Amino acid sequence: MSADRLVTMANQIGLFFAHRGEQAPELIAKHIRQYWDPRMRSAMLAHFAEGGAGLDPLPRAAIELLTPRTTPRAEPSPTAPR
Amino acid sequence: MLMLKEPDHGTPAARSDRMVSVTVDGFAVSVPEGTSVMRAASLAGIQVPKLCATDSLDAFGSCRLCLVEIEGRAGTPASCTTPVVEGMVVTTQNDRLARLRRGVMELYISDHPLDCLTCAANGDCELQDMAGAVGLREVRYGMEGANHFDTAKDESNPYFAFDPAKCIVCSRCVRACEEVQGTFALTIEGRGFDSVVSPSMGESFLQSECVSCGACVQACPTATLIEKSVIEVGQPEHSIITTCAYCGVGCSFKAEMRGEEVIRMVPYKDGGANHGHSCVKGRFAWGYTTHRDRILKPMVRERITDPWRETTWEEAIGRVADGFRRIQREYGVGAIGGITSSRCTNEETFLMQKLVRAGFGNNNIDTCARVCHSPTGYGLSTTFGTSAGTQNFDSVEHADVVVVMGANPTDAHPVFASQLKRRLRAGAKLIVIDPRRIDLVRMPHVEAAFHLALRPGTNVAMLNALAHVIVTEGLVDEPFVRERCDGEAFADWAAFVAEPRNSPEAVAPLTGVPAELIRGAARLYATGGNGAIYYGLGVTEHTQGTTAVIAIANLAMATGNIGRPGVGVNPMRGQNNVQGSCDMGSFPHEFSGYRHVANPEVRGIFEREWGLSLDPEPGLRIPNMLDAAIDGSFKGLYIQGEDIAQSDPDTRHIIAGLSAMELVVVQDLFLNETANYAHVFLPGSTFLEKDGTFINAERRIGMVRRAVRPKGGMADWEITLAIAHALGCDWHYSHPSEIMDEIARTTPTFAGVSFAKLDELGSIQWPCNDAAPTGTPVMHQDHFVRGKGNFVVTEFFPTDERTGPRFPLLLTTGRILTQYNVGAQTRRTDNTVWHGEDRLEVHPHDAEQRGIRDGDWVRLESRAGATSLRAQVTERVAPGVVYTTFHHPTTQANVVTTDYSDWATNCPEYKVTAVQVSRANGPTEWQESYRAHSETSRRILAAE
Repeated sequence: MSADRLVTMANQIGLFFAHRGEQAPELIAKHIRQYWDPRMRSAMLAHFAEGGAGLDPLPRAAIELLTPRTTPRAEPSPTAPR
Repeated sequence: MLMLKEPDHGTPAARSDRMVSVTVDGFAVSVPEGTSVMRAASLAGIQVPKLCATDSLDAFGSCRLCLVEIEGRAGTPASCTTPVVEGMVVTTQNDRLARLRRGVMELYISDHPLDCLTCAANGDCELQDMAGAVGLREVRYGMEGANHFDTAKDESNPYFAFDPAKCIVCSRCVRACEEVQGTFALTIEGRGFDSVVSPSMGESFLQSECVSCGACVQACPTATLIEKSVIEVGQPEHSIITTCAYCGVGCSFKAEMRGEEVIRMVPYKDGGANHGHSCVKGRFAWGYTTHRDRILKPMVRERITDPWRETTWEEAIGRVADGFRRIQREYGVGAIGGITSSRCTNEETFLMQKLVRAGFGNNNIDTCARVCHSPTGYGLSTTFGTSAGTQNFDSVEHADVVVVMGANPTDAHPVFASQLKRRLRAGAKLIVIDPRRIDLVRMPHVEAAFHLALRPGTNVAMLNALAHVIVTEGLVDEPFVRERCDGEAFADWAAFVAEPRNSPEAVAPLTGVPAELIRGAARLYATGGNGAIYYGLGVTEHTQGTTAVIAIANLAMATGNIGRPGVGVNPMRGQNNVQGSCDMGSFPHEFSGYRHVANPEVRGIFEREWGLSLDPEPGLRIPNMLDAAIDGSFKGLYIQGEDIAQSDPDTRHIIAGLSAMELVVVQDLFLNETANYAHVFLPGSTFLEKDGTFINAERRIGMVRRAVRPKGGMADWEITLAIAHALGCDWHYSHPSEIMDEIARTTPTFAGVSFAKLDELGSIQWPCNDAAPTGTPVMHQDHFVRGKGNFVVTEFFPTDERTGPRFPLLLTTGRILTQYNVGAQTRRTDNTVWHGEDRLEVHPHDAEQRGIRDGDWVRLESRAGATSLRAQVTERVAPGVVYTTFHHPTTQANVVTTDYSDWATNCPEYKVTAVQVSRANGPTEWQESYRAHSETSRRILAAE
């Protein structure tokens, strides 16, 4: 996933929650957990690990609260041919 | 199956709780006060002869056929215009009345061509019925006197003909145009014997202001106004009640049939959403269902540069299943996904998302609501607790102030617009918030009290300014807020909007709307009585679309305009089943009923029902799928009834994403633009070819009933089921009603819904469960779904899409009455008579600066791309703003739109694109190469 696009999205989310002050990072992180596919979160975490260029302070604080996918993905229908 | 003919009581029902008892021909009947004698008689089972009366129109009293005698009154009053009074004794039949009626009929018939044997009405003629009812046996005047027999027919309208020779000048058509449709296109021209029905100022129907809604045709008691399909084929012999497949109004129709051929679509009087009215699309534009462009056989190809090869269902389905499983083996479970259709039924949509969640094993499911009303889902869930409009359409009849924001109901939701215009004619006030001067701003007998013609992209600033006035001028409904809303959240919000930077004076330079207009509109909405807000994609399709929806909800809560008839927040849904497709769990983070996939209790409901474990992580949204495809982690997509290559923004990006996939499966009626990049094509079915349900903008679940067999052999739900079987899913459904039963078992808001109940009640507005067994017309009556209403601060941030020296104009896009979305359906009907191409509306000032004249080819260019189309110079748009529709693929309006999107939902920012417009010689190179590519992509090899 393009880091630029993800950074833009994270910064947009950050703007909306900015008025919530100290709560903002957790609210931004919660939004990302609820709406971003795990690969988008992983790409963002990878970008963050490389310095997180372009991220505004609040989304940057939010990304720190994110973790990679922890739950294993369900397999396709058990009756399906492999 | 029978031909359904609804009873006609002659005059509309009276609305009164007081009952009046009368006697008609010796039979006692009790009716609401205000009921006409004619209607009272009809309710007692006695039909008074009539011609100018019909119960969809107010009484007129012109035909003099419905005369009756009333004890104690002199003369023979018209029963249609005479209201009942307590104790009235009425006689409808005696020798005197019979003589009078025969005399009247003789006059009518003396100027009526007696061609009944060859007349297309073929018995469906009230004049003929009445001649029989009054016992007419001769016409003493003969047929040789002055008459209108040689008056020329008007056949200009593609769908109906007007034969003045058969007209009895009853004015039903004129009144229908006024009262039902509200267009005022017809009049009676001339006096006495010279009186004739005339469209506009003696123009033809096609050239007149007529909007072809069909109300006049329906009202006509003779064959004067009649559908050309009836003239060409003959009268229908049975009818099936179903739901229209065009916009989110969800009109009920009778599909009137002759065998398996649709003769005409007639709006159903008992339709909860439309009450017997229709628009040009639903009423007439169904020809696409049998258009020669329809693909009726499955097709496959190895590469998107190959021609298509027709094949069997078995091979096509096998390719889909094998291909998807191969991709998952090679690239991972999450490498494939699906897109549901807002044109398909709830049952089909539910099955699609089930296929993705249970068959594919991921949550990569999304729907076209992504690009229209996804911000409504987030915004209304956050504030009210559920993702839907709060009212039924009839609620507008109780509204005193109506706000229409970023919506154009007369074009996009015409049947609701007629209801709205009726209320406005009766005195309700209108506030329009729109960059463009939509028709409602000023039209016959309707004029907006305020038109806030804001600059595109400043909705949130405008809404905050309206809120500022309400809070700082003490117009908040404090008891409502105290009782119904979260007090702390309200206090934060009120403090925010009260800041001087949100005042009308501060935002006027941003929005371009004078502060006094904003203040006036805010005061009117807050103090004018019941205030109702209707909004459309002009609100949602912005980078702050979700914020604007929240801001609208804040306004409604602050003024107490929630929870009763006449008020509310009403998203005008664009497609027939966009509400339903969202309700059915089409979003990648939600199951049906808007419940997050991470919620273990909710997931457990489906895991038990479906017998497997489900992914607790959200999946990819449409734009994310395309991004992931370009990045190489997303390789296969099953698209049902959606044309993302035409409808979604930044066409080049869409095409790059689709082209990067290894298996694109398109299930549609036609080889649409997306199919140019597909490897398997599965022929879909129209709404006439299957059973199921749609849900309209007022949460109304309406039945879709099969009128003809699926032309491709399978209904869409059967195709999805076949794919599921090929993937190894052990699913058993013999009828869509069984899918609805599963929806009811798993979705609390649908717990009480079944096909049997829908058959019984006609339609149901969800929630429908033990607490509301017959549905819920108005939501949030005693408390919000989430408990307390939640005010949320809505800070305004301008979009990054800015005008500048290179791109000094703002482009915004929308729909037009006669076409529908990407035009796949309406372009394949005679509706192209009215709109054969997309045009660019340019203000005369901007046109003059660029040397552009009306009709010139112009190049429309943005940072994303360029296209060419012809200009329409008009003051409908403000200086600095240009506007176009996106109904024609040759225009490629979305080559120009950008990939900016809403912060919460990724809904694209269609409504704000910085552009430049300049004169051009014709289509761009891109358009020419795209056209050539489309033609190449659509080659089909004949079956061996």
